[in-house]
Amino acid sequence: MPTLHRLDTQEGLDHRIDHVRGVVPAPVRPAPRRLGAVLGAVAVATVLLLWLGLDLHLGLAVTGAFLLYLALTYVGFRVAAGARVATDRLMRGLLYGAFVVALLPLCSLLWTVVTLGGARVVNPDFLLQTMNGVTGLHDQATQQQGQLFIGGAYHAIVGTLLITGAATLISVPVGLLTAIYLVEYAGRSRLAHVIRFFVDVMTGIPSIVAGLFAFALWAVVFGIGTKDGMAGAVALSVLMIPTVVRNSEEMLRIVPNELREASLALGVPKWRTIVRVVLPTAASGLASGVTLAIARVIGETAPLLVAVGYARALNTNLLEGPMNTLAVYAYYMFTKPLSPAYRDPSIERAWAAALLLVLVVVALNLSARLIARFFAPTKR
Amino acid sequence: MSKRIDINDLNIYYGSFHAVKDVSMVIEPKSVTAFIGPSGCGKSTFLRTLNRMHEVVPGGRVEGDVLMDGRNLYSRDVDPVDVRREVGMVFQRPNPFPTMSIKENVLAGLRLNSKRMSSSTADELCERALRGANLWSEVKDRLDRPGSGLSGGQQQRLCIARAIAVQPEVILMDEPCSALDPISTLAVEDLIHELKSDYTVVIVTHNMQQAARVSDRTGFFNLEATGKPGHLVEMDDTQRIFNNPGKKATEDYISGRFG
Amino acid sequence: MSMTSDRGARPGRRRTVRRPGDITFHGAALASGLTILAILAGVAIFLVVEAAPVLTADPEELTAGGFGRYVLPLIAGTVIASVIAMVVATPVAVGIALFISHYAHRRVGTSVGFVVDLLAAVPSVVFGMWGWQVLAPRMVPLYRWLEANLGFIPVFGSASSTGRTLMTASLVLAVMILPIITSVSREVFLQTPRLHEEAALALGATKWEMIRTAVLPFGMPGVIGGTMLGLGRALGETMAVAIILSPGVFTWVLIDSGNSTIPAEIALNFPEASGLRLSELIGAGLVLFLITLAVNLLARWVVARRADFSGAN
Ligand SMILES: Nc1ncnc2c1ncn2[C@@H]1O[C@H](COP(=O)(O)OP(=O)(O)O)[C@@H](O)[C@H]1O
Ligand SMILES: [Mg+2]
Repeated sequence: MPTLHRLDTQEGLDHRIDHVRGVVPAPVRPAPRRLGAVLGAVAVATVLLLWLGLDLHLGLAVTGAFLLYLALTYVGFRVAAGARVATDRLMRGLLYGAFVVALLPLCSLLWTVVTLGGARVVNPDFLLQTMNGVTGLHDQATQQQGQLFIGGAYHAIVGTLLITGAATLISVPVGLLTAIYLVEYAGRSRLAHVIRFFVDVMTGIPSIVAGLFAFALWAVVFGIGTKDGMAGAVALSVLMIPTVVRNSEEMLRIVPNELREASLALGVPKWRTIVRVVLPTAASGLASGVTLAIARVIGETAPLLVAVGYARALNTNLLEGPMNTLAVYAYYMFTKPLSPAYRDPSIERAWAAALLLVLVVVALNLSARLIARFFAPTKR
Repeated sequence: MSKRIDINDLNIYYGSFHAVKDVSMVIEPKSVTAFIGPSGCGKSTFLRTLNRMHEVVPGGRVEGDVLMDGRNLYSRDVDPVDVRREVGMVFQRPNPFPTMSIKENVLAGLRLNSKRMSSSTADELCERALRGANLWSEVKDRLDRPGSGLSGGQQQRLCIARAIAVQPEVILMDEPCSALDPISTLAVEDLIHELKSDYTVVIVTHNMQQAARVSDRTGFFNLEATGKPGHLVEMDDTQRIFNNPGKKATEDYISGRFG
Repeated sequence: MSMTSDRGARPGRRRTVRRPGDITFHGAALASGLTILAILAGVAIFLVVEAAPVLTADPEELTAGGFGRYVLPLIAGTVIASVIAMVVATPVAVGIALFISHYAHRRVGTSVGFVVDLLAAVPSVVFGMWGWQVLAPRMVPLYRWLEANLGFIPVFGSASSTGRTLMTASLVLAVMILPIITSVSREVFLQTPRLHEEAALALGATKWEMIRTAVLPFGMPGVIGGTMLGLGRALGETMAVAIILSPGVFTWVLIDSGNSTIPAEIALNFPEASGLRLSELIGAGLVLFLITLAVNLLARWVVARRADFSGAN
């Protein structure tokens, strides 16, 4: 842990230098101005040579060229400007590399989802049909004889909306009221610490454990093996509530205290102050937080697999029997195709459902940002 | 509608910190009373005990009596919310509600309490309060625009309009001009002058000329050392305090020989 | 400072009138807070209740002739996969965090942050499908190479021909926990006191030297905490492993099929399970819950400790 010393005394300066270990306060030689650009050009040329010239795999070519670039950078700058600058350049290259490494899987994933799922998603039949009555024989006919593709995700879309909606209806009141308790009532009390601590703990509950909890709860209350949409909603709530509490707490805290005081000083009771002044002022932030919480759970698979089961037909009753959701639908289509020998139609359905999910999640994330940006109360 | 306030042996605490010690004074109705004193001597703290806003701060507590026309604000059966309806408050920084229009801001005290009123009554109340705050002519064409769009001085007068719209008996102002430019300050000072014909006005100010200009009586607060509680040194007619103070500390402070 | 309780309970305080509305609302808020505690207690209690039959059952009736013998290999698989994910993800995440906090322009940094958030938002089932279909086949040549050249090391003993191995699953887990490690690290890096940074730069330090001497020491506890939060996430991640891995009994070989993790085991077997098998799976879930709980508490403790002594700055 670095400590700060005064810089305006000689002693302080010595301490500073001590502290900044390994830095010799000596001038470094300036590097030639175009060295970086030249090395970059060499790297690009290497990629082209390896890829087009030697017909190497593109990934290998890029990796090779990047390593070559790092090596050349280090040696080049070491010769031109000394070891310190060389290390600096090397690390800079590595950090940019880390960024690209993270970008690669995301791009590959998005590309895969769009290319494999795109065709089916834009087809209204897929969005409006269920899997009721669709069997492996249909898929075989489709794949072998080019018969009409049937079977869609309508029931899964409806199920996702219903279960996520129910989870939201449970989580938002509980989460928001808890945040209100923490910010407006509890202060630094013992109980507030305890609740905050357990909200943190709850954030770390694995999603499948949340599913097991709902299953076990239903087993005790309704009898072993009872699976329905509501159990799924309860499982999702366990995952959603801590997010709602955290986000809401943050948003309530940034409401200026002056507004609360202004309202209280007008003779408005505290609870009305909270409901009519604090909440409206924080509304956009709260809405954005809830949207993010929904985005976090709408793609959950494991808890629903455990607590809700799997249905091929439309079921809109949250309190009776299994339902389907997009994520579970994708999982089953992908891992247990209707016809093991003719997998293509099932796999296609899986990717289409995956694409739908990704679109929904991205849309939710974007709208959360937009809500926060555009509906924030104008300060001036 | 204005009331006399008697304060007896008031001690004010933040948790275990004793902020203000043994204050006794009388605040006359239909007059302007000013409190002056160095920063941190407890003027704001004291002012906030007059409408029970002090206890909003965690750990804030008060010992002693505050009598409004003989009724103790701190007796057990008094609801602080009722006290605050009778004793309005204007803060140092203008704080209009950002989610509300100018009109909604003025009517906030009523609307937030869900008072039903016809739209003509609402219009009338709004106009009366804004006229009372010398703001009507400046905003009458944009009552539906956000209150936060006004200038600082206008915002402060909007806050005053908001306070008088609930028809209090007493208005407390904590350095209402310290965030304003000189022109706006003048407008607010004029307003304070007019308010005293209807209300009991209590104002904290950092600016001694302002105290001399607007107030009838002045109280001087001081503290012996940081960490010690603040206390009321003396309180008298403003003329006397500024021309012929009874205590050496007061004289030192108003003549700028404070140290 | 925030306005909170208007009546902290202090002995000798005058009690005041409270309005019914205030009492109700305060009560509702408090009740919600307590609900959270009740839910957590419920998670523990109901899992224990439903897992209890395993403890009293005849070991012969259990899958592996005893719950311990059943769950230990699963714990091993879970921990191995998560630790690999953590080790792979951490350097990359720290690199991205530094890139955002100290190298990229503000605007670029924000968009990179958004991209990383997107990565966090992608549903895990999609990661699983991507790992199965895209990543696994591309790993096969590498696994073959490892087997051929480093096969004498037990973990590279034999190579899978599908790529559906614990190693592939771990790599996907690494991608999945990248965002959380990145965001925690970015947060602490951005909090580095400017004075420290400027003091280093004023002495002629290069950017990297500044980072090494001012930013990294300051942020290290935060990075460790974030890494452990990522570990917690990886331990509980289900679908990616359930889809990618071709599971089997425990083996030290990481690049062949075999092994499993607790969450994957539950997801794969739960839909068809009944009776004692159900209790066994719930018991495994309870074990997972306890492990992630321990890891998360440790992580929070590390982060909180850091918050304590950075307060001095
Ligand atoms: N919310 C608070 N919590 C604890 N102490 C406070 C709080 N507000 C003010 N104080 C302390 O009370 C004393 C009086 O403050 P204040 O009334 O604001 O003085 P003035 O308004 O005269 O400048 C000061 O020592 C100040 O530090
Ligand atoms: Mg003050």
